[in-house]
This record gives sequence, C-alpha cells and structure tokens, in this order.
Amino acid sequence: MNNASNGKYAAEAHDLNIYYGSFQAARDINLLIERQKITALIGPSGCGKSTVLRAFNRMNDLIPSARTTGDVHFHGKNIYDRDVDAVEVRRRVGMVFQKPNPFPKSIYENIAWGARVNGFKGNVDDLVEESLRGAALWDEVKDKLRQSGYSLSGGQQQRLCIARAIAIKPDIILMDEPCSALDPIATLRIEELMKALTRQYTIIIVTHNMQQAARVSDYTAFFTVKDDRTGYLEEFGATKEMFTSPQSQVTEDYITGRFG
Amino acid sequence: MAGDMRSNDGFPQGESYAGFVRKRRRVGTFFRTLFLLATVLGVVILAVLVLDVANDAFGYVAIQNQVAPESLAEDLEELPQEELLAILTANISAGRLRALNAQALVAERSQEEVLALVVSEVVRPKIVESWSLAESIFERARIEAELATIPNAVLEFKAWLNWDFITAPQSSDPTSAGIRTAILGSIWVTLIAFLVATPLGVGAATYLEEYSKGGKLDGLIETNINNLAGVPSIIYGMLGLAVFVRFFGQITSGVVFGAADPSTANGRTILAAGMTLGLLILPLVIINAREAIRATPRAFREASYGLGATKWQTTWHHVLPNALPGILTGVILSVSRAFGETAPLIVVGVSTFIVVDPAGPFSKFTTLPVQIFQWTARPQEEFQRLAAAAILALLFLLLTLNATAIYLRNRFARRY
Amino acid sequence: MQKDISKAAAPGIKAEIDLRRRPRRGEQIIQSTLWLCGLLSVLITVGIVVVLFFDALAFFGLDEVTLAEFFTGTAWQPKILQFGLFPLFNATVLTSAIGLLVAVPLGLMIAIYLSEYASPRARNLLKPTMEILAGVPTVVFGYFALNFITPILQGVFGRDVVEIFNVASAGIVIGILIIPTISSMSEDALSATPRALREGAYALGATRLETAVRVVLPAAISGIAAAVIVGMARAVGETMVVAIAAGAGPRNFSAWGDALSGLSFLNPFKAAETMTGHMVRISGGDLSYDSIDYNSIFAIGMMLFLMTMMLNLISRWIVRRFREEY
Ligand SMILES: Nc1ncnc2c1ncn2[C@@H]1O[C@H](COP(=O)(O)OP(=O)(O)O)[C@@H](O)[C@H]1O
Ligand SMILES: [Mg+2]
Repeated sequence: MNNASNGKYAAEAHDLNIYYGSFQAARDINLLIERQKITALIGPSGCGKSTVLRAFNRMNDLIPSARTTGDVHFHGKNIYDRDVDAVEVRRRVGMVFQKPNPFPKSIYENIAWGARVNGFKGNVDDLVEESLRGAALWDEVKDKLRQSGYSLSGGQQQRLCIARAIAIKPDIILMDEPCSALDPIATLRIEELMKALTRQYTIIIVTHNMQQAARVSDYTAFFTVKDDRTGYLEEFGATKEMFTSPQSQVTEDYITGRFG
Repeated sequence: MAGDMRSNDGFPQGESYAGFVRKRRRVGTFFRTLFLLATVLGVVILAVLVLDVANDAFGYVAIQNQVAPESLAEDLEELPQEELLAILTANISAGRLRALNAQALVAERSQEEVLALVVSEVVRPKIVESWSLAESIFERARIEAELATIPNAVLEFKAWLNWDFITAPQSSDPTSAGIRTAILGSIWVTLIAFLVATPLGVGAATYLEEYSKGGKLDGLIETNINNLAGVPSIIYGMLGLAVFVRFFGQITSGVVFGAADPSTANGRTILAAGMTLGLLILPLVIINAREAIRATPRAFREASYGLGATKWQTTWHHVLPNALPGILTGVILSVSRAFGETAPLIVVGVSTFIVVDPAGPFSKFTTLPVQIFQWTARPQEEFQRLAAAAILALLFLLLTLNATAIYLRNRFARRY
Repeated sequence: MQKDISKAAAPGIKAEIDLRRRPRRGEQIIQSTLWLCGLLSVLITVGIVVVLFFDALAFFGLDEVTLAEFFTGTAWQPKILQFGLFPLFNATVLTSAIGLLVAVPLGLMIAIYLSEYASPRARNLLKPTMEILAGVPTVVFGYFALNFITPILQGVFGRDVVEIFNVASAGIVIGILIIPTISSMSEDALSATPRALREGAYALGATRLETAVRVVLPAAISGIAAAVIVGMARAVGETMVVAIAAGAGPRNFSAWGDALSGLSFLNPFKAAETMTGHMVRISGGDLSYDSIDYNSIFAIGMMLFLMTMMLNLISRWIVRRFREEY
C-alpha cells in the first residue's frame, strides 16, 4: 500500500490544460478529489465540465483532436505519463454517461461483459447479483436477467449502467449528467444510490442542476468561461459553504440563478 | 403623378403582369413535366429491358423432326419399353449403341428413359424457326404461313427458360443446351470472391475506421481505395491474368497441391477467377463496411472503453456486431456485382465450351454471364433465345441475392 | 443488501495497483493484420500498374512496334503488324460521347426531379428503381443493345444505313447504363445545398423552376461536374456492351485523309471496335503468353487505365477544389 492510495485524495488534477485542436477547452484546472466523497462539477453549458471529467479516465484520448497537458495523479502516478496504459486507467476509473447507454445485450451480459474483458475469474452470477444490488436494481430485474438492457425504463437503464460500472470494482466513478435524461423520480433514486455508493466509491459528477449538486455533493467545483470560451475553475470548496457563502461574485450570480 | 411613378418602377403592371405570371407558370409546368418524364423514362427503360428479354425467351418454335415419329409407331409414348428398345436399336449405329450402353445398359433403362433416347437419337427434333412472344400472340397468321413453307415441321409453344434448361449442361445444340454448368461455375467463382473480399475488406474497413490515426500512409490507403473503385473491371481481369493465372499458375491450377495434372493444367481456373473478382469487389466491400462501422453509435464505444476494454475488445464485441447487418448488406451487394461480371472473367480465361460440372477450385469453368455473352455473340436466332432465357435466370438469381440482403438488413436491424 | 455491499468492499480497498502499460501481443498482432488488409488495396494498385507497364513495355520493345505508330497510326491490324491505336481509341471516344449525350441530360433531369420536385414517397419509389437499373449486369445491357436498340435504329434510319453492329446503339445503351451514376451523384450534390439558399430564392419571388435551375444547380455545379466525369470514366471503361454491340473489328483507315474524308471516323451507324471490346475479343481466344497479341492488350489496357485514372482524379480534384463552403 502506498501513500497515494491511502491518502485523503483519490485523485488530484494539477494544472490541467485541455485543447481540441487549437481551441483550448479548459485552462489551469487544479482539483483535489477526496476519497469516498461526491465532488460535483457545475457551471454553464460549454464551460468544459465534461472535458475535465473525461480527463480523469483519459476518455479524451478517443477524440483525435484532443490534447491534454498537466497531471492527474492517481495511485501515486500521473495517468498522463508515457508509461501509463489508458486501458488500465479506465478499468480503475469507471464512467456513467449522460444518456443511458447499455449494450444491445441482455441485462446479465451488460454487467458480465466488462468484468470478463478485465479477466474476472470468479463466479459471474454472484458478481451480477452483487452489482445489481449495489445499483439498487436487483429487485426489479432479478426475474428478467436475460432480457435486453433496452427493455428497461430510462432510469433503470441508467442504474444498469451504474451496475455495469461497479461490476469492475473501480476506485472512482465518473458521472456525466447522469440524470439529465431522466424524470424526477428516477433522478431521486439515482441520487440516493450515489450517496449509498460513497461507502465504497469516490464519485465525480457533472451536473448543471444546482439543486442536485447541493443535495448530493460534498464538494463543488464551479467552472465558467470568459469571452475566449475557455473553461476555468472559478471556485472550488465544500458544497455547504459554496452554496451559503460563495467567495466569488460570479459563483454567487450563477448559484442564485442570475446567470447561465 | 403617383400612378406614373408606379408604372415607371420597371416592373410589369396590370394585364402585362398577369401575362408575365402566366408565362412563368407555363414554363414552370413544362419543365416540371419534362423532369418527371425523364425520371419515368428511367423506370420505363428498366421495364422495357425486362420485357424485351422475356419477349425473346418465350414463343412459338417450328420443330422439324429428322425422322417423323409417325413413321416409327402410331404413338411412341404409349409403347412399352421393349418395343421402344427395338426401335432404338434398329435406328442407330452399333457404335452409338455401345456408347450408350457404356453409360448405362440401355436394356435396363426405364420406359421413359428409353423414350427420351428414341426422341433424341432417332426422331432428332430440330428447331428450325422461332418467334418472339409478341409475334406468337399478335401474328399467329403470319407464323402459320411461314410454318407452311417448312417441310415436316410442327408448331410448338416453347418456354426457353424451363427446368430442363436450368438443369441441363452446356451443349452446342440449342434444343438441349442448358445452363447448369454455368450456374455452378458462377456460384463457385462468386463464393471464392466472397471468401477473399469479405475478411480483407472488413479488416481494411475496421482499420480505417477504428485504428487509423489519419497519418500519411492511412490517407494514401484511403484515396487509393476510392480510386480503385473507379478502375474498369476489365483492368482487374488483366491483373488476374498476369498475377493469378500466369505468375501463380502453379498454385491456381492446383499443381502444387497435386490436385491437377501438371502436363495439361493451367491457371485458368475457378480459383484464379474467384480471386480476381475478389480483388474487384474489395473496394466496394471496404466502402460499404466503413459506412456500416461508422454508423455504430459512439455511445457503445464510449461505454466499452469506459469499462477498461481494449480497442480490439471494443471493436470485436460491440462495433462489428452492431455494424454486421450493414456489412452483410454491403457484402451481398458487392457479391451480386461479382456474380454479374463478365469482362474480367473472359480476360482471365473462361473455358469457351465445357459440359462437365466444376468439381472444385481447380476446375475449368464458365459462368452464367459469360455463357450469355457467348450465346449473344452467335448470329443464329436460337442462341439469342437461349441468351434471353439465361438472362432471365441471371436476373432472377440477382434479385434473390438482393432480396436476401434487404431481408437480412431488416431481420438483424438492431432495435435499441 | 448490506452483506453484499460489504462483500463488494474487498477489492475496493485497493491492493497495489499498477497502471503501467503492458505489452498486449494479441492487440498488436490484430492491429498489424488489419493494417495489412488496408495496405493490400495499395498493393492492388501497385500490381495493376506494374503488370500493365511491364507487359506494355514488352510490347513497345518489340521491333515491329513503334511508339510513333502507336499514337499516330490509323489502322490496328495485328495480323499485318499495324498497331495504330486511333481506330480503337476513336471508337471508345465515340461510344462514350454518345453515352454522355444520352446520360447527362437525362441523369441531370432525374436528379433535379428527385431532389427538387419529388415527394418523399415518390423518391422512395424511384430511387430503388435507379439502383436496380445500376445493378443490372452489363452483359444484359449488351443483349439489349443488340436485340432491341439496333433493330429500332435500323427501323428508323434504314437497314442500309445502320449496320448490325454499330457505335450508336452501343453508345445509347452505355448512356442508359451510366444514368444511375450521374443521377445519384448529382442528386447528392443538389440535396447538399443548404435550405437557406432555396428559401432566399423563394423569398425573392422565384418559382420552383427558377430556384432549381438558377440557384440550386449553379451552387451544386462542381458536384455535378464530378458526377459527369465519373460517368465518363465508366463509359470509357465499359466493356460488355461494346463487345457485343459495337463491332467485332477495328474501323481502320488507310490514312488520316481517309479517316477525315466525309468525317467517316465519326459515323455512328457503322461498326467500330473499342479498346475494351478489342481486349475482350483478343483474350477470348486462346491467348498464348508472350505473343504479340497478349502484349498488345496490355498496352491498350495501360492506355485505358491511364484514361480512367485521370478522369477519376480530375473528378476528385473538382470536388475538393470547388467544395462549396456553405
Ligand atoms: N470533440 C470535440 N471537439 C471539439 N470541440 C469540443 C469537443 N467536445 C467539446 N468541445 C468544445 O469544448 C468546450 C467544452 O465542452 P464540454 O466539455 O462538453 O462542455 P460542458 O460539458 O461543460 O457543457 C465546448 O466549447 C465544446 O464546443
Ligand atoms: Mg457536458
């Protein structure tokens, strides 16, 4: 066990700059992600929240024009070091997307697949059950594991995607506006689930719903842009404090709805 | 004063305005009709093409028997096997009888078989004149008149496309010629083209869509594929002739596998032809497969990578299965292109006349389109009719292939 | 539920995690294999070029053949060792030109109708018809030329004017054959023009026809030009139709004066063998390697390849160079 994995922070971003071609989408981002807490990234649309989130599991590698400088420390290593394998990073940093995106396979296979490609040798049935319970979906689907993931409702699909992510036992789960395609009740269930998951996992969530950030997160990072459309971190701190006494005027305007 | 200004603003007014609008309308309607007619013409041409072929493939024929059946017996078909046998032996040479016995003892054949032998060996019906379907329907009187000038002839309605035609081997006699050899050759050649082009094409498409980083060489590959799609098919024939038939003749003839006799074998085989067509359709397969792969939603790729899957795991488990219906459709369309190709096969060297079924990749062969070409190239009307019948068979097979493609696309179309 | 979560806890409290890159042999092998598949297409082109040039060089290296004669001679008669490309080239140009004369106006009108006039239902009916037309094997079109178009031409112009094998009927059918190519590429170009362009024209009081012909068509002209050139390349390379219907021997001339007198080289109703038609006829017989015939068709093939390649490159260049910036 090394220091980083036992330290207070699950991941640390230092001086991140992210570009799409010649356009800079994020500038000088410094973020400390506390272990087993929920960190929310908020800000007006297009300010680079998703871009920064995806920097934590090198998802931006998949976009040919994207380029990243700076460090993301994870398990005592900068994941952008030359000798780091993006595949290994992603296996440790799970991700849930804005639109539920189950594979066009059965519910069972949706969960088993990720584990299998990562060399899981244990009992798959148990893993599926355990993950579905972890995602609070078990009771609803236990009788139809062989049905397509697409037979579920939107909220159930999203929980299936969460179950799929936790089946590979990541350290951190990234969620990019996981509730934006869901109705309020389904949203509530996911929020409860997120809280339960912090017993196990560190969560970074992107949301543009202020109430949601206030409800679920422990820390909030507020991003915004100026005229150059490059996102930067305006304010970062404990959620309670930020929502009661924001340090910056811009943050206050945004939180109180006067902007964005 | 105000009225003056209006009439001087340069635009037509009053009656002349109404006339102007009417003229624009008329011109608009005229061209609209013209464009529509052009489009309808496209449909009409297709219909005329099919009707023309069908018109040539059915109709009356005048059959002249070399020996009148009445001179042999009152009603041949009613005769028992023994009597037919007697007629047969009495009317053919001893050598011919030996040859027939060598195939299977004539005496032991059934009544029907012997009857067929009597007809083909003794009566020897010959088509001396034939008419198209339209002539048969509308010009019966003229046909009767022409028939009267042919001694010993009977009129019979013939569907040139019939089951015997499909199952009989090639023959120089239009009455008994069939397309079985050609269909089997086509199937063999197309199968090999399919086996060559599918893995290579899908592999290349996968590389270009999923792996390529857009470097110089990747750009070259890409441009090159688009250019290859525009190369005339006959050029592929020359490539096949020089490379597969000549350079790799030892392999394509099957000599190195001990599958052929080195003294007579050459590379003009099914294998060489199939590989040539495989290269010919490769760009098509690649272009279609790329489109299908590209249509796979990003979300699946992201979900897969997000779970720590490698590129190949993502490609193999998610991208390709998702693209499969599209790839299949593209492959079948490309294969049907191969099925209809003629020119490259002639250059590669089909056999001009072959009556034995192809037995494997090292066989000599002919194909249905080539057969059509060879019949079309002969001046006698009967061969044109054979060509027409073969065209109907070809179009039917192609239609089946394409319908399969559409069925597969709908059947496996993903619902999510 | 509680129990399960605690069970799940075990791997979460991390053992040593190693993020370092590890060699993935399988992945590398697969990637290289796929790359080779892509590279093969380049090898095909290289193969075509090498094969054609190699045997064409062998042809030009023969004592009986000179480059000058190849390009300026007016007769192609291998039997008496005359190798002037002109008769074959002329027939190819003639059939292609007739084909374009048929296909360009028709193809364009169809494209305009489908993109500017047709209802979605009509389009869904008509487009597949065009695709079927495009999928009919060319040997069938050859049959059609010989047994349908030629009799019609003979009926109209007289049997003494129109030979059984003639350039006109092959050309017309080539035109039919490339209509789908031209119409579908042109339609793509027309539909790619932005709505705003059309709406701007309508807002000025233009009729549908004026919008289509004066606004949309000029905006899509580069795509249409590319379509016509691709159609031209197809016409030049088309083989079976000309092999069946255009003629089974070159239309030779004793000298240029002979060719030009009365413009007899342009007569569409007489037979003339094209480059592709000649290649098919020569290779249809039993061709022995290293014969002058064998080498000669490679020389013709090389010319054909260069012609079509050039046309395809020009079309690509037009598309790139004049890509509309909307
Ligand atoms: N794949 C991409 N290529 C180019 N620009 C992109 C890409 N993805 C996002 N951007 C740009 O980067 C900026 C930030 O985008 P994003 O991170 O998605 O914002 P958010 O999630 O905060 O709405 C935006 O200006 C967006 O247009
Ligand atoms: Mg976003």
